[in-house]
Amino acid sequence: MTLAVMLIVLLLGGVVAWWSEHGDKRWPRWVALLTVLLSLLFGLTLWASDGAWRSELRLPWIPRFGISLHLGADGLSVPLILLALVLGATAIAIAWPIRERPGFFQFNLLWSLAGMVGVFCALDLFLFFVFWEVMLVPMYFLIALWGHEHRQRAGTKFFVFTQASGLLLLTAIVALAFVAGDVRGQLSFAYRDLTGTPLGPAAPWLAAGFLAAFLVKLPAVPLHTWLPDAHTQAPTAGSVLLAGVLLKTGAYGLLRFVLPLFPETTLAWAPWFMGLGALGIVYGAVLAFGQSDVKRLVAYTSVSHMGFVLLAVFAWNTVAWQGAVLQMLAHGLATGALFVIAGALQERVHSRELDAMGGLIAKVPRLAAFGMFFAVAAFGLPGLGTFIGEFLSLLGAFRANPVITAVAALGMVLSAVYATALIQRAFHGAPGPHVVRDLGRRETGVLALMAIGLLWLGLAPQPVFDLAAGPLQTLAGAGG
Amino acid sequence: MNEGVAGLLWLVPALPLFGALLLGLAGRRLNDLWCAVIACGSVGLSAALVCLFGSAYFVDSVPQLQTLWVWFDADGVTPRIALRLDGLSLIMAVVITGVGFLIHLYSSGYMAGEEGYARYFAWLNLFVGAMLVLVLADDLLLLFLGWEGVGLCSYLLIGFWYRDAANGAAARKAMIMTMAGDLPLVIGLLLLFSHFGVTAIPALMEQATATWTDSTTLPITLALLLLAGAVGKSAQLPLQTWLPDAMAGPTPVSALIHAATMVTAGVYLIARLHPLFVLAPGVLSLIAWLGAAGLLLAAVSALVQTDIKRVLAYSTISQLGFMFMALGVGAWTAAMFHLFVHAFFKALLFLAAGVASLSLGHERDLRRMGGLRTRQAWAFWGFLAGSASLAALPYVSAGFFSKDLILAEVWQRGRGALWFAGWLGALLTAAYITRAFVIGFLGKACTRITRETDGRMHLPLAVLIVPTLAAGVFELPIGAGGARLFSDLVAPVLPAAADAGHGGWGAMLAVLAPLLGIGMTWYLLRVRPAWSAAWRTSATAGRLSAWWFHGWGFDALYERVLRRPYARLAARLSGDPLDRPFTGLGHGSYRLWHLLSSSQNGQLRRYAAAVAAGTAVLLAMVLP
Repeated sequence: MTLAVMLIVLLLGGVVAWWSEHGDKRWPRWVALLTVLLSLLFGLTLWASDGAWRSELRLPWIPRFGISLHLGADGLSVPLILLALVLGATAIAIAWPIRERPGFFQFNLLWSLAGMVGVFCALDLFLFFVFWEVMLVPMYFLIALWGHEHRQRAGTKFFVFTQASGLLLLTAIVALAFVAGDVRGQLSFAYRDLTGTPLGPAAPWLAAGFLAAFLVKLPAVPLHTWLPDAHTQAPTAGSVLLAGVLLKTGAYGLLRFVLPLFPETTLAWAPWFMGLGALGIVYGAVLAFGQSDVKRLVAYTSVSHMGFVLLAVFAWNTVAWQGAVLQMLAHGLATGALFVIAGALQERVHSRELDAMGGLIAKVPRLAAFGMFFAVAAFGLPGLGTFIGEFLSLLGAFRANPVITAVAALGMVLSAVYATALIQRAFHGAPGPHVVRDLGRRETGVLALMAIGLLWLGLAPQPVFDLAAGPLQTLAGAGG
Repeated sequence: MNEGVAGLLWLVPALPLFGALLLGLAGRRLNDLWCAVIACGSVGLSAALVCLFGSAYFVDSVPQLQTLWVWFDADGVTPRIALRLDGLSLIMAVVITGVGFLIHLYSSGYMAGEEGYARYFAWLNLFVGAMLVLVLADDLLLLFLGWEGVGLCSYLLIGFWYRDAANGAAARKAMIMTMAGDLPLVIGLLLLFSHFGVTAIPALMEQATATWTDSTTLPITLALLLLAGAVGKSAQLPLQTWLPDAMAGPTPVSALIHAATMVTAGVYLIARLHPLFVLAPGVLSLIAWLGAAGLLLAAVSALVQTDIKRVLAYSTISQLGFMFMALGVGAWTAAMFHLFVHAFFKALLFLAAGVASLSLGHERDLRRMGGLRTRQAWAFWGFLAGSASLAALPYVSAGFFSKDLILAEVWQRGRGALWFAGWLGALLTAAYITRAFVIGFLGKACTRITRETDGRMHLPLAVLIVPTLAAGVFELPIGAGGARLFSDLVAPVLPAAADAGHGGWGAMLAVLAPLLGIGMTWYLLRVRPAWSAAWRTSATAGRLSAWWFHGWGFDALYERVLRRPYARLAARLSGDPLDRPFTGLGHGSYRLWHLLSSSQNGQLRRYAAAVAAGTAVLLAMVLP
């Protein structure tokens, strides 16, 4: 029930925020913030409750095709739902001064957020696809309407990539339902009916359809090329949600659907996808180093960091999966924060070019301190959550394939190369001529909370592992 | 030991870390005095606690173990945040907090008036905390946390004067080169953890010795991987080139991080994990020869440097080479004793050099210093004492005893060639430091004193002179009748040293090496300056000394085969070639649209012709 209430609150909140624009331009942001905080409260009750499935709701929807409104959250969903809501609140706080159509902005933000939460808890594949679309379309508007100079192009690219892969996903879902329906003698889109159904020779084709959608979203090299454009052109709040949450829906899709639905296929393909993960880690890190646009640089670090998740997911053991879950949360906070920093830099220097920055420690010590903290988090300093995520991903992957893992570990050195380059070019060096102001209270507060979150995940991450342990054990059982 | 006091072990690293947090959060609102009080106070308290624990350990030799919390439990991987104080970590903690406190005190004067006073102390405190975590960690993953933490602080402090891009480049170089060593180290940790499923150091050592046999693939691979990490951190061949550049940082930082503590972490790591290395005798041999090579190459480079800090940096590489040599022959205690003594005399040398160069307006060129005996007596006598110890002046300096112990251990194990390399290294060491002292501190005054130094800087010099000359009493050679306090202290952790000194010949030669080095240099520089001048002007000497001056060309090599190709690769890929198929698809469909839309040109006759042609084609296809 909690989940349904949460979703309704977010969707209704979006509508109210849009409508409240007519009263006062400042109302939508308050409505949006309260909406997200209220949902976050529900999210925390989910965390506090017991049982494998903390909240479940099943209502008939299209019984003829075996489609139902089936929502459920387990230990895998809950951390990601909380991440989505926390970063949602962050995004609203960062977009606080937005003046251009604030109502519609908040509506898109909340609906996209609702889509993400829905994706993390849909237990019916058709419903999952619906949420998948609900999440993407408002995001397209956020990029194309409130983005930077090339927003149209970046938005279209994002839209085409996600819709093309989404089409494959829909096809695969429908085909899966029919194939499984033949085996079981009854058509159903329910997650629990479909897992464990033997699919025969169709399995690799179906798996490929699912993989296409999720690998685009993750993203895995070479399907990542929408990401740098979208992240760079999106408004800061959009970048935070894109990098922080949207990418995780791809990883979640792999863990929730691809592995349990097609265990044999994915086990057989595992080395290829681990290799793809390692490739992404290295490729993303090299490209990040080559960028001079600060947002593009951070965008490529995401490609690199999500490579660890792909590597871990296909390592097929619980240590790696725990690492992947933690990596998702830590990356969400660290990269989200880096985009906040990048946005703050752009706002002050009026450019995203690193060459236009330099020596900012002297001018904006607080911004520089946070910038350096999160740059260090990006290269996975022990004591911060990103380290635990990467280390456990590598540890689990090492059991599966030491050679690929050794290549992937190269990402540690390469990330130090780009992170120190970022620090050097933006914060060190001779101060430029700009007169800029330091972070205000709102931005400081947001970044401080994210920093504390990373420290928490780095020093005492046990609550997350406890949450995820159950579902991951079940998943390991599915692999045999 | 009292239970209540034993529970305070966590405060040893926590106090400096808390100081760092306080300074980091509120530093800009505090005045300089308060910053210094917090920084020095937290490290001082930590040092006092270490003394307390040390005296207790001295009495009962019972190691203290304190588990603070289980870091995490991910399906059987359960590293703990746990601290262990035994003989080995006690020695390290004494050095870190003792020398660390003195250097904090020194810094409060040295850095006075600098922009970013609070930032400096926040990072220096963070360093001390992280270094204490490194040495006190009972868990290998926690050790790695400290390991990376000190690396970060080193990076931040080398680049402390951030306005100069060269400092930033030096800092990045240090970070990336040590990271290059950490990559194999991490792979080693992965191998170790996934093989044994535990992360606590004692358990790992126990299982490794119980299940692995000598010289099989696994222990050899693992030892090589761990060695790479140690080589990076301790600036040994072939990852040594970051250390001379690291001198871009403030001098107290060089003294603390790049001489006394962080760079010795590699030695500590190997000593702490020595049961693993014992399983790979071939790798041990490699360690010994790497150490010997580093010792000689760096000593020769130190001989031709003109920047006083770079002399000391090459000297540090060289002395760490001595420690590696000792480790490589299994003389763990000798290596640790040299580490202990080196920390004092090298810190003293740096601090004295810092006082000298600060008072001469940040002049670091030896050739423009000179004439300091009366003008800057503190620096003069401090540097003299440090030089004596580094040169291993027989019997009156601590450095003699520690170096002699290493040479004796190598001698005993019958490693003739290695012993000779060590002996030659000792000679060269005495030569280069004599040269630096003669040129930089004696002779005529060249530069005016522009800044007076104060007691905050002089007191640490005075205090450090004592162990620099006298720390030898902790480990007197066999036959000198003294107690071997140092060996006894680390005996429970490190296997005891063999109980015999050099043979007669060896002992005599070992005493001779520093005397020869000092004597020859003195003769060439003071008695026959014309000879050395003639040598310097010859073409061969010019080329040779330029080669040595630039550290045997390692930097140029790495620049050509690593840094530039990587930068070029990144530049070439920066447009993301993998995006080309997708943009191509976009352009293709645009062109297709263009092509097709050109057929919709509104000319009726064209339409009619097309319809007729189409009909004809269709008919041709349908009709038999």
